[in-house]
Amino acid sequence: MTTIDPANDQTSPDQSATPVDAVVRGTGTRATRLLGIGTVIAMGWLVAFGLGFSPADRDQKESVRILYVHVPTIWIAYLAFVVTAVASAMYLFTAKKSLGWDRVAGASAEIGVAFVAVTLAVGAMWGRLTWGVFWQWDARLTTTALLFVSYIGYLAVRRLGGSHQQRAKRSAVLGLLFVLEIPLVHFSVRMWRSLHQEPTVANTDLDTQMDGLMLFSLFVGVIAFTLLYFWLLLHRSRTMAMEDILEDRGLDDALVARRAEGDIDMRGTS
Amino acid sequence: MSVWRMARLIAAKDLRIERRSHIVTNQVLPFAGITIVVFAFALDKQNVLQTVAPGLVWLATMFSLLVLVQRLFAVETDDGALDAMRVAGIDARAIYLGKAMALAAQLLLLELLLVGAAAFFYDQSIPSDRTFSGVVLLVTTMLCATCGLAAVGTLYGGLAAGFKGSETLLPLLTLPAVAPVLIGATKAFESAVGTAGAVVSEGWQWVGLLAVFAVAFGVGGTLAFGALIDD
Repeated sequence: MTTIDPANDQTSPDQSATPVDAVVRGTGTRATRLLGIGTVIAMGWLVAFGLGFSPADRDQKESVRILYVHVPTIWIAYLAFVVTAVASAMYLFTAKKSLGWDRVAGASAEIGVAFVAVTLAVGAMWGRLTWGVFWQWDARLTTTALLFVSYIGYLAVRRLGGSHQQRAKRSAVLGLLFVLEIPLVHFSVRMWRSLHQEPTVANTDLDTQMDGLMLFSLFVGVIAFTLLYFWLLLHRSRTMAMEDILEDRGLDDALVARRAEGDIDMRGTS
Repeated sequence: MSVWRMARLIAAKDLRIERRSHIVTNQVLPFAGITIVVFAFALDKQNVLQTVAPGLVWLATMFSLLVLVQRLFAVETDDGALDAMRVAGIDARAIYLGKAMALAAQLLLLELLLVGAAAFFYDQSIPSDRTFSGVVLLVTTMLCATCGLAAVGTLYGGLAAGFKGSETLLPLLTLPAVAPVLIGATKAFESAVGTAGAVVSEGWQWVGLLAVFAVAFGVGGTLAFGALIDD
C-alpha cells in the first residue's frame, strides 16, 4: 500500500476521509478490520447456508442456490446507486463542497457496477439452467443491462481529467441526471415488452411461496453482501483520497523540480 | 438580452456555419444514406426489411446524431470558442438551448431524408385507410423524438467536449440515455405505417413517452449545463 504523509499536503485542505495528523499506512482502521472480519464470517455463513443447509428446489433443483448471490447483489447495487445520488446531492447542495462526498459517490458507483456485473453474470448462468438461454429480452433484464452501461459511462466521466473539484462537480451533476434517466429507461422498456407479449418464461419470483430456510439463506446473503459493500466503500473512498493527495503532490513535486532547474540555470549564467 | 434571444442567435450562428462548411450536406447526410443501404445488405430478405424498417430509420438517426453532436461542439472547442462565449457573459442556459435548437434543425432535415430513403429502399408507405392520422402521427413523433435527441445530445456533447477521448465517451453516454427514444419512436412509426397490423391509436402513447423524455431532458439539461461546462 502506498504510504502518504498528508501532514505535508498543503493542496487539498478539504480531504476528509483520512486523518491528517499521522502518516497513513494503508486504508485500514480498527473499524474496517472489524467490518472485514464480520464480512468474512457472514460470507462463511452464506456458503454454509447457501450450499449446505438450504434445500434444493423441487423444480429448479440445485440451481436455485444461485438465488443467494443473484438477488442480494442487485439489491446492494441499487443501494449503491442511491448512495451515489445522495452523496452527489450532498456535494452539490452543501456550501463546503467537500470532496469526501464526491469520493463516496464515486466509490459507491464503482462497487454498484461490480455488483450489477455479478448479478448479470450469475443471472445468465441461472437463465441457461432454468430457461435454456443465457439472455431473454425481458423488461427487467434489459433495464438492468442499460443501468449497467449507464454507470459505466458515469465512471468514464469521472476519469475525464481536470481538477478534483471539476471532476466532483461534473460527476455529481451526472449522478443526479441518471436518477432522472433510470425511471424513463425502466418505464420505456416495460412498455416495450408489455405491448409485445406476455412473459413466456417461468415466474422466478419466489417471494410468496418461499421455503423458510431458503428465505433465511437469502437473508444471510443480504447481510453478507451489505457488509461487503460497506467494507469496500470505506476502503475505496480512502484509496481515492490517497490518489487525490498523490496527484496533488505529484504536481507540487514537479513545480519544485522546475524551480530547482531554474535555480541551477540562474547560477550557471551568473 | 434575454436567454431566448441569445439562444436564437447561437442557433442561427451554428446553422450558418453548417450551411457554409457543407459538412452536414456533404458528409453527414450521405453517411445516413449509406447506413440505410448497409442495413439492407445485412438484412437480406425483403420481408424482413419491411418489418424492421421503422427501427432502422431511428437506428440510422441515432448513429448520425453522434456524428452531428461531435461536429456541433468541434466548432466551439477547436479554438476555445465555448470558453470565449462564457467569458463574454453568455448564460449557459442560452448556449445549451441555442445548440440544442441548431442540432434539432439538422436532425429534422436528416430524418426527412431517412424517411424518404425508407419509403424508397424499404418500400414503406402509409396505408390508405389512415393517410391523415398516419401523417399526423409520423410528424408529431419526429418532432418529439428530435427534441429529446437534441436535448440529450447537446447535454452529453457539451460534457465530453474538449476532453481526451470525447469521441469514444459520447456514444457510451448517449446511446443508453436515448434508448427510450429509439424504442418509442420505432413503435410510433410502426403504428403510423401499419407494420404487422399496428394501429394508429397505439402509437400515441409512445408519443407521450417521447414528449415526457424531451421535457425531462430539456429542463434537466438547461439547469445542469452550466455546471457541466464550467471549468
